[in-house]
Amino acid sequence: MSQTTETKETPYKPTSPNSKLDFASVWEYAPAPESSDHVEIKDQYQLFIDGKFVKPSKGRYFKSTNPATTEVITEFAEATQNDVDKAVKAARKAFKGEWSSLAPKTRGKYLYRIARMLQERSREFSVLESMDGGKPIRESRDVDVPLAAAHFFYYAGWADKLDYAFPGKTPEPLGVCGQIIPWNFPLLMLAWKIAPALACGNTVVLKPAETTSLTALKFAELVKDAGVPAGVINIVTGAGQTGAEIVNHKDIDKIAFTGSTGVGKLIQKSLAGTDKKFTLELGGKGALIVFEDAPIDQAVEGIINAIFFNQGHVCCAGSRLLVQEGVADLVTQKLKDRMETLIVGDPLDKNTDIGAINSSQQFETINSYLEIGVDEGADVYQSKCSIPENGYFIRPTLLANVAQSNRVVQEEIFGPVLTVQTFRTADEAIDKANNTPFGLAGGVWTDKGSKIFKVGAGLRSGVVWANTYNKFDPTSPFGGYKESGVGREGGLHGLSAYVKLK
Amino acid sequence: MEHLEVLKTYKIYIGGNFPRTESGRFYKVYDSEKELLANACLCSRKDVRDAVKIARGAFGGWKSRSAYNRGQILYRIAEMMESRRAEFESQLSKIGFTSAEATADVNASIDRLIYYAGWTDKYQQIFGSVNPVASAHFNFSLLDPTGVVGIFAPEASPLLGLVSLVAPVIAGGNTCVALASEAYPLPAIIFAEVLNSSDVPGGVVNILTGKKEELAEHFSAHKDVNAMIYTDNLSNEMKKMIDENASTSVKRIVKKLVNDWYEDDTQSPYFITDFQETKTTWHPVGF
Amino acid sequence: MSTTDFSVTTPIDHVAVEERVARLNKRSIKKDSKIQALKMALSMMDLTTLEGKDSEGKVIQLCQKAKLPYAPMPDLPTVAAVCVYPTMVRTAKDQVKGSGINVASVATAFPSGMAPLSVRIDDTKFAVDEGADEVDMVISRGAFLSGEYNQVFDEIAAIKEACGKAHLKVILETGELHTYENVRKASDLAMEAGGDFIKTSTGKISPAATQPVTLVMLEAIRDYYYKTGKMVGMKPAGGIRTAKQALQYLVLVKETLGAAWLNNEYFRFGASSLANDVLMQIVKQQTGQYQSADYFSVD
Repeated sequence: MSQTTETKETPYKPTSPNSKLDFASVWEYAPAPESSDHVEIKDQYQLFIDGKFVKPSKGRYFKSTNPATTEVITEFAEATQNDVDKAVKAARKAFKGEWSSLAPKTRGKYLYRIARMLQERSREFSVLESMDGGKPIRESRDVDVPLAAAHFFYYAGWADKLDYAFPGKTPEPLGVCGQIIPWNFPLLMLAWKIAPALACGNTVVLKPAETTSLTALKFAELVKDAGVPAGVINIVTGAGQTGAEIVNHKDIDKIAFTGSTGVGKLIQKSLAGTDKKFTLELGGKGALIVFEDAPIDQAVEGIINAIFFNQGHVCCAGSRLLVQEGVADLVTQKLKDRMETLIVGDPLDKNTDIGAINSSQQFETINSYLEIGVDEGADVYQSKCSIPENGYFIRPTLLANVAQSNRVVQEEIFGPVLTVQTFRTADEAIDKANNTPFGLAGGVWTDKGSKIFKVGAGLRSGVVWANTYNKFDPTSPFGGYKESGVGREGGLHGLSAYVKLK
Repeated sequence: MEHLEVLKTYKIYIGGNFPRTESGRFYKVYDSEKELLANACLCSRKDVRDAVKIARGAFGGWKSRSAYNRGQILYRIAEMMESRRAEFESQLSKIGFTSAEATADVNASIDRLIYYAGWTDKYQQIFGSVNPVASAHFNFSLLDPTGVVGIFAPEASPLLGLVSLVAPVIAGGNTCVALASEAYPLPAIIFAEVLNSSDVPGGVVNILTGKKEELAEHFSAHKDVNAMIYTDNLSNEMKKMIDENASTSVKRIVKKLVNDWYEDDTQSPYFITDFQETKTTWHPVGF
Repeated sequence: MSTTDFSVTTPIDHVAVEERVARLNKRSIKKDSKIQALKMALSMMDLTTLEGKDSEGKVIQLCQKAKLPYAPMPDLPTVAAVCVYPTMVRTAKDQVKGSGINVASVATAFPSGMAPLSVRIDDTKFAVDEGADEVDMVISRGAFLSGEYNQVFDEIAAIKEACGKAHLKVILETGELHTYENVRKASDLAMEAGGDFIKTSTGKISPAATQPVTLVMLEAIRDYYYKTGKMVGMKPAGGIRTAKQALQYLVLVKETLGAAWLNNEYFRFGASSLANDVLMQIVKQQTGQYQSADYFSVD
């Protein structure tokens, strides 16, 4: 054999069939950071009300940090009652005035403009999303931003076609919509909220999450560039109190909220006795059901996607693995091998698979669940990858040997933590999958088509992914059963949340 | 400095290229003052044959593009048309449109492309269905494009009329061979130049110029043309001939009489579904 | 005869395999990591000429290139092997003597394999007698697609025996197998029958090597290793022309099988025009200047 390679001197050669594969040595990827030179971040951001950037009435600002470095990157205005009121008034004025007098196709053309401008500026938005929220650039670049643009593009087309969506009825806009979005997909959730609302002829007051408001305010700049009439889109920043002001404002016709089930319940309670419409997209505890006739290597890849996408900060994350006993050991072993190849670190590095946990608070929450898991007797397995010294990072984690009664199986952890349980029959898998107050999403892996439909029919959840997971598309409705929420976003069905039918 | 205008040769559009007619023939195209505008290609049976062959070749690739991608491409055509509106308006003015009419025609053409861009990923949601059959089966129906469509562009609406027929046909994943307005073929060729710079794959839209009287037979008798549409009031003899030729391959013939391309009912998703087949799939449900 | 029932199919999800490859393709290889990988790719190359018009002159020139890929950088690794037809083995062997470069020969009525087994065995023996260190055989795709798995298995075993000490690479000709399930099945069969390497393609059929096919084969190698402890090598061949593609393949190997396979004992590229693109990239990395093909020999 050839004696010429440099690599031949030191190869690690496993000798026993049980020895693990070595994914680290011999050849490692050098850092490949996405440049952030071309993005501009101001020292301070204002509220976006009535087409203008305005200072908050109480003059208060709060800082926003990069969770990968814990450095402050900018500060946002805190909107108080007075500011929210101004935003609602601006939205009302726009709704009664210019916006509703536009031809539907013209409304659509504004949305098309937004979609195109997002595409043109996609890299900038991706970099900002990763800096502000900690998600890997690979995901913000390839998922969040393109999907956000696609969402605007899709709903733009609906603006002048609503009659076809509601046969026999005449759809009319609701009016002013208050929209409160979470920190896990800041720009994408903004798109999910604003695009259908505007397509249907509403105006909006939107509050991004306090830890991830940056792309929403960049978006406000883009809205100005696109020439969208003033007051149609208003963006107010702040924390829970600002959200409460929106929820309780008397001149808002509809509340759309995405976030935790706890807050969702509070909102529903606050709206009691009013005629405001609402849609809620809340938490989840998705089950991944892997049958022994599944394409195993691809199932493993699906599991990786289901739980480690966006650090596991995904409401529909597949956080409970239910694997049929005959392949449980095989799947677990392959899963562990695959986890060893996941790279945790700098969100701006193009090779990073798992970025930073979004905030110190969430970091503590996840760690406390890991302790609970240990206390409950779980076998904890974490990959051996290195993680940065600063910032909030958690290695991909499996909690095996857990039971349905454990808190780590029942409660939403919202981090890169997967519980592993086994089952014997399909009925048992369905029972366990449904044995939760949540009902957002679930996954099934089997090579048998009829089983997909049978298991899918049995699952009490708004989305069923078969031989895949965490797939999103503007044309596809998304939303939960039970405590995972009410209403659907996306697709034809997503229009219903923003119209009244006459 | 004196500048002698360089006259443009208008050629046909096949497979993303601008060849001359295979026959080498031409006919004269005049403006509204009866002055010569250009020598257009007088296409022959063999040009129809070549264009259909190319359209068939492009069909598989075009129909398997994602609906989103087709929508983006239709939107791109609108963008490119917007940027070349001056050329369209000038051409329309020469053939008798007032300045306001020319602008309105281009505006309506652009908006029509955007209208159908928006339909690409929606018509399936409106017209497809899940069918609640009584047995243990999951049963659903999807729309699938018919194939290669022959289009006779309206004689009196050389731009808006053409765009109004081409857009829904390709939005639905078909490919087409369009015969431009006989008297006013030049806007169609400028439209071809727009298509050629709009990410539309070569062969999806092919545009010929020439005489309906001569080519109707070859369009309608070609067995690899799956459907045809015309919106002008053709002579009874020609209609009958087209229908009879169509019957030899059960070709779908869509006739819609349109006088005014600004009317609301000249754009609708039914222009798309006219060129769609319904495909129903049965799948068992069980462990 | 094998005791394994090869009619049992390992399910593989087509869409998910291609998505996995697309994700692996997003790995960004920069700086030191890139130089190291480019050199590694060079050292893993089976520099190939398999044309009906091959002559001694052509093979001699190819061997010169194999020994000294780029004269201005004499310290670069040589390629792993030159790959030629059986009648060219002796010429090649003479040329590379003392260089550490192996001579690989296609055999078994390459590329179709449509000859009686006895002829294919003779072909193999001839190549080995001429001095081939490695033999690249083709499987009987017709028999495979007809479900005659035991016949295919026995033929591979017979060729393996004819190889003696020479290493056997088993070409599956994945472009004719149509599905990933078939690729997986043929991989399992070839490994169990004694192949030291499994190889995608002859290069004479399109599609030749693809990354999804390679991923499926690498996963088969990994599972076989876990089952038996035996490390089988992998050789994608045909259609790999650019350094960028080569790096993408190396990422597949690294993240599927790991470090132990990242050397030319267990991984090869079958290619004829890849070497120069890799060399151009190496020079670009070291000088910072984009290169022109005019400066790299075309032997």
